[in-house]
Amino acid sequence: MTKYIRRAIGLCAVLLVALLVNAVRVQVVQAPSYDHNPANRRQAIARYGQPRGDIVVGGRTVTGSKDTGEQFRYERTYRDGPLYAPVTGFASQLYGTTLLEGTEDGVLSGADPMLAPFPLLNGLTRARSPGGTVVTTLNAAAQRAAYEGLGPRRGAVAAIEPTTGRILALVSTPSYDPALLSGTGPAASEAWARLNGQADKPMLNRAIRQTYPPGSTFKVLTAAAALDSGVVDDVDAPTMSPDPYRLPGTTTSLTNETEGCEDASLRYAFTWSCNTVFAKLGVDIGLDDMTRTAAGFGFNDRKLRIPFSVAPSNFDLRLDKAQLALSSIGQFDTRATPLQMAMISAAVAGDGSVRTPYLVERTTAHGGGTLATTGPRTLHQAMSASTAQRMRELMTDVVEKGTGTVAAIPGATVGGKTGTAQHGIGNSGTPYAWFISWARPDDSTEPAVAVAVVVEDAAAQRGDITGGGFAGPIARAVMEAVLGS
Amino acid sequence: MIQPGMSGTAVAADPAPPAERLPRRRGIEFTLIVLAVLLCVYGYCAVGLAQHGTVPPGAAGYGAGLGVLALLAHVAVRLRAPHADPLLLPIGVLLNGLGLVLIYRLDLETPADQAAPIQLIWSTLGVAFFIVVVFFLRDHRVLQRYTYVSVVGALALLVLPIFFPSVNGARIWIRIAGFSIQPGEFAKVLLAVFFAGYLAANRNALAYSGRQIWRFRWLQLPTGRVLGPIVAIWLLSVLVLVLERDLGTSLLFFGLFVILLYVATGRTGWIAVGLLLACLGAVAVGRLEPHVHSRVQDWLDPFASITAGQGPNQLAQSLFAFAAGGMLGTGLGLGHSVLIGFAAKSDFILATAGEELGLAGLSAIFLLYGLLVERGYRAGLALRDPFGRLLAIGLASIVALQVFVIAGGVTGLIPLTGMAMPFLAQGGSSVVTNWIIVALLIRISDCARGQYDGTPAP
Repeated sequence: MTKYIRRAIGLCAVLLVALLVNAVRVQVVQAPSYDHNPANRRQAIARYGQPRGDIVVGGRTVTGSKDTGEQFRYERTYRDGPLYAPVTGFASQLYGTTLLEGTEDGVLSGADPMLAPFPLLNGLTRARSPGGTVVTTLNAAAQRAAYEGLGPRRGAVAAIEPTTGRILALVSTPSYDPALLSGTGPAASEAWARLNGQADKPMLNRAIRQTYPPGSTFKVLTAAAALDSGVVDDVDAPTMSPDPYRLPGTTTSLTNETEGCEDASLRYAFTWSCNTVFAKLGVDIGLDDMTRTAAGFGFNDRKLRIPFSVAPSNFDLRLDKAQLALSSIGQFDTRATPLQMAMISAAVAGDGSVRTPYLVERTTAHGGGTLATTGPRTLHQAMSASTAQRMRELMTDVVEKGTGTVAAIPGATVGGKTGTAQHGIGNSGTPYAWFISWARPDDSTEPAVAVAVVVEDAAAQRGDITGGGFAGPIARAVMEAVLGS
Repeated sequence: MIQPGMSGTAVAADPAPPAERLPRRRGIEFTLIVLAVLLCVYGYCAVGLAQHGTVPPGAAGYGAGLGVLALLAHVAVRLRAPHADPLLLPIGVLLNGLGLVLIYRLDLETPADQAAPIQLIWSTLGVAFFIVVVFFLRDHRVLQRYTYVSVVGALALLVLPIFFPSVNGARIWIRIAGFSIQPGEFAKVLLAVFFAGYLAANRNALAYSGRQIWRFRWLQLPTGRVLGPIVAIWLLSVLVLVLERDLGTSLLFFGLFVILLYVATGRTGWIAVGLLLACLGAVAVGRLEPHVHSRVQDWLDPFASITAGQGPNQLAQSLFAFAAGGMLGTGLGLGHSVLIGFAAKSDFILATAGEELGLAGLSAIFLLYGLLVERGYRAGLALRDPFGRLLAIGLASIVALQVFVIAGGVTGLIPLTGMAMPFLAQGGSSVVTNWIIVALLIRISDCARGQYDGTPAP
């Protein structure tokens, strides 16, 4: 019997070894995949088990954390939530994270391995580091000026520092309070359903995720292309353009809303926004040069991240001449985000190069040590420096004596361009009012700010004056805020 | 080697076990018990510190309670089983104490359901039974007289729950005065006594008589007269359990039967036949019984319900818990195994251990069980009477099989069958039964280690 008892012990030993080997399989080999299974709530529990790091604007945190004592313990809170929502996005237990909360989530939640003082040891103990801080490039005064300027109207503002690409303001209205989506209670899901159901889409980030027909503000690009390609040498020479201008290959005639556009100079046409002149110029420049210049400014770029993605602005690559004529005055299929238009203005204000816009100045660990910094990077040289110089003259003229006089600021050189974009079937929609501009303090050689403003519901009044009248004062307020700070 | 008609006990005696008188080692037992109690009190404090930042107010009372229980058991062993193996009792105390800590820890997450105090009452009852057995069962061979009484008792206990309503899909509970009792747990011990008694009396007939099947010596079936009763009992037990949907216990009875039959007769062929029967039975049950069928499906793909968008099932939650523990665990009180749901304190208690103590702690627990089983087998090896040997091996095998079936189930090694982790899991009948098993093993090991003490066997 002894022999068989020993064999039975052997069987028990085999069972024990099987259990131990299987435990290693589950707890070591398979553990990473089990840990990251989306149905495993431990990640979320750990993630919300500590206060989230903060997002900082102008030295002041615009976010916070509230201890609820529940399973998902810390909830996100926001200071001036609607004001900064187009930048912070939301951090919701139920609906995930968006915008900076999303792209900087590793730092804010403490999961970024760079936050751990001893990454290898952390891998073994699986400790989570306290959340780090994200410092933005925003200018609090400019952000507020833009938000208050837009008021209850639908619209957006993007402001950039031309020399670096730092984003100074990014506003979209109407906005929403991301704090409504924090937590797991019914209030969060009700807010989610309500915000998603609203007709004016408060969670749509109009400054970067919505494209609009840019209308006359696109003439900045057409003018730059004309100068850069040599189609126009002298901004004061007549351009041999008829009024009205019959679109090539069609019987449709294009007209102007201002006088004196027939055979006008580029300066006059730019200052008073002559459609006929710029439509003809676009055809003269040709599709190749127009698309090249548009790409140089950032159109059709699907890869832009600031760090969250920006909707690509569109300039069609295949157009007949009539379509090219319309596209050159910012109509037909031409569409741009407010950020894209701010980049155009910034390129003019600077030396003709487009800097990669960015929103995160630096990220720091909980203790204050810097993790990463962002610096200026040139995206493209959109036009030559001399063309930029002449474009600044043209844009300055618009503010000094043209359609954009509302944007003038004492003590600073200001350039601008108005625009009113028609849209809808048969242009039935309420036009979008545009204003893009830049400002340079008189005591400085460098421009301080470039800004683009779009207002969707620009009343019934039409004409370029509308862009100046509705969007111009907002642009001026933003530029003043930057100059004054 | 066919010797028909041979029966009795004198034939084919085993070689005599080593004739040595082992030292008593009661001091070692005492020291280990103190360490076990201290370890459990430490765990209790660690839970409180992790959850509330303070030592729980009940720590002293808990430590004192566990300590007094352990001490009483120790005194009983000292008085009545002085030669007993010194490891058995400390392992029981440590596992029971650890189980209380884990249940207390889970109680903190479920304020409406406080299981630890009830488990402490049952533990006290278990230790009382332990003391009674150690005190009044002077010699394990007395039990051989009750071979047939045991089987009647076991069957009665198994059948009893059929007359009570089912709980969570299994009809294995009876509820009396607010306490729920699982009679199948006690039946395990009685059945082990029956198997050991019957096989000890008939093992020669089983081993050497009967008909050889087609010239295979190892495929030799005994006469129906000898084999019949035991197979009938076994089939009856399994049938009852299948009716009650307690698949774990039927698996346990099957394993117990096969192991004891093999040890008693040394016939490999029987194991083959038994496994064949078991496979047929398992396939039949798996196909026909939806409850079991779904368990097998879960085992094959634990994450199927996640893919189907219905969220993780209990097994998936259990695997998540084990995975979250990793090598070193999250620390007592810092895991989230409560996500497993209603069976977290009973069937899935091991997941809490796996998550909060990690692979290191889980391996330690497995090794503790391994040591308990090995000590049981060792007591069996050291004895000379076949009944005692088979009883020790049966009891140790109950622990081994039970640990394997439930631990393998919750870690996804084999299909899940509802069973209690010995000592660790919430469950009063289980704790009492396990204390009785340890008491019997102590009694047997006392005989084994002290058999040349000069006192004659009764």
